[in-house]
Amino acid sequence: MAYSEKLIEHFNHPKNVGTLDKSKNSVGTGLVGAPECGDVMRLQIEVDEASGMIKDAKFKTFGCGSAIASSSLATEWLKGKTVDEALAIDNMAIVEELALPPVKIHCSVLAEDAIKSAIADYRSKNGIAAE
Amino acid sequence: MGSEKLIYLDNNATTPCDPRAVEAMLPFFHQIPGNAASRNHPFGWQAEEAVDYAREQIGNLLAVDSKEIIFTSGATEADNLGIKGVFEMYSRKGNHIITLKTEHKAVLDACKKVEKMGGEVTYLDVKADGRVDLEALEAAITDKTILISIMWANNETGVIQPMKEIGQLCEKHGVLFMSDATQAVGKIKTHPKELGIHLMAFTAHKMYGPKGVGALFVNRKNPRVKVTSQMDGGGHERGMRSGTLNVPGIVGFGKAAEIAMKEMDADAARLSVLRDKLEQAFKDNLEEVYVNGSVEHRMPHVANISFKHVEGEGLMMTFNQNIAVSSGSACTSASLEPSYVLIALGLGDDLAHSSLRFSLGRFTTEEEIDETIKMISKGVNHMRDLSPIWEMFKEGIDLDAVEWSEH
Ligand SMILES: Cc1ncc(COP(=O)(O)O)c(C=O)c1O
Ligand code: FES
Repeated sequence: MAYSEKLIEHFNHPKNVGTLDKSKNSVGTGLVGAPECGDVMRLQIEVDEASGMIKDAKFKTFGCGSAIASSSLATEWLKGKTVDEALAIDNMAIVEELALPPVKIHCSVLAEDAIKSAIADYRSKNGIAAE
Repeated sequence: MGSEKLIYLDNNATTPCDPRAVEAMLPFFHQIPGNAASRNHPFGWQAEEAVDYAREQIGNLLAVDSKEIIFTSGATEADNLGIKGVFEMYSRKGNHIITLKTEHKAVLDACKKVEKMGGEVTYLDVKADGRVDLEALEAAITDKTILISIMWANNETGVIQPMKEIGQLCEKHGVLFMSDATQAVGKIKTHPKELGIHLMAFTAHKMYGPKGVGALFVNRKNPRVKVTSQMDGGGHERGMRSGTLNVPGIVGFGKAAEIAMKEMDADAARLSVLRDKLEQAFKDNLEEVYVNGSVEHRMPHVANISFKHVEGEGLMMTFNQNIAVSSGSACTSASLEPSYVLIALGLGDDLAHSSLRFSLGRFTTEEEIDETIKMISKGVNHMRDLSPIWEMFKEGIDLDAVEWSEH
């Protein structure tokens, strides 16, 4: 099974690897595991209070190449979006961008869930009810 | 990929065919085209003679009579013929078979078929070192037990079973003993008769012969063992396996056996040094490195290693343009289940997930091992930098206490 060039590029040179200070109110952290294969993804966002835009995003992933590439891509897409725009990111867009094969679709679902979980964490910290 | 040479450390999946075996095979594609079953002309005689010679070469390697070798298309077919063939042939004596959870799928799935055919199969657990628990094995034997099938060496871990002790148990209880010796034949001494093995499956392509040819050893005397054929037709191989013999393949198989007989001890000695060097280097360079399965009872060329908190498939992607190995990770398999062999050794999903199998071979060089040490150590560090679990581990967080939100 050969992976797409985009996937390999994200895997070899992942963007936004790292850790944000999770004690800050402006930071939301999502830590999710994939029941299918036991992989784990942590994705964090930092929201600019004035503009409501995501100004930074970081990840760390224990997982296959597709999971790492999906999280790297997700953090790229998150930056500069509002929280509401970020919620609209769909795993199928990741599947398309990275040309993931069918057995690897759940790896992109993991990324979508990590985004949603990070946003939920941010909102609960800041007393914003999820709609 | 580029200009660098690919390093092949997946010899348990298949070995390259030895050029000497290739050379021996070549005339049998064109110059000597006969069917070994054609009894009436020189073309057939020549082919038959070549097959007989190969049978001798293989018989010599195993220290058995050449008539006890039944050629098949490979070990899968030999496993099927042995298990289903014994089940059908000895159905009046009993219907119970005992095997291990860590067997190859060819054995496990043949046993599942036997269950569908009305048989009963016990799949025994193994101990943490991958070896059978002899007491549990003896306890599992009933008056309905006709066959115990236990592999010689495991394909994933290289762990070698206590063949002699199992043979003694079989003898004591009057049960047939079969072994899938695919990973052992041609690499270490495998003389079935010394150990009371009645049937033994193996294949050419794991011992530097060609793909698509294998054999089942079937003991002919004391006791005379018979199997019901699973492939019906022209009655080849004394009626046990019909089908025109793969003459070039069998010639290559024979040559591979002859070479193995001469060279396997030297190969094993050289490869175990390289294997140990590889293992030691990982332990020295990296933290949290675990060797899976018995270290003492193990094939000399195999290392199955878990790099904790690193996912195997991801790790492989860091070097797989250059080095071929295999992984017990769930993410490499279509089913997304981690290796059932490693799980049977009691490894948690996390360690099974983090495992790589290195299987060295006759053509592996020390330079290749040095390069492998370098590239894989680098890959492990890259993956650990990316791993949230490694970060938590480093912070001293108890990973078992973390509550994951599952999606
Ligand atoms: C232990 C064991 N048994 C059986 C087989 C199947 O052999 P073959 O490919 O010749 O059918 C293999 C090879 O994958 C093996 O490792
Ligand atoms: S996340 Fe495990 S297969 Fe991709």
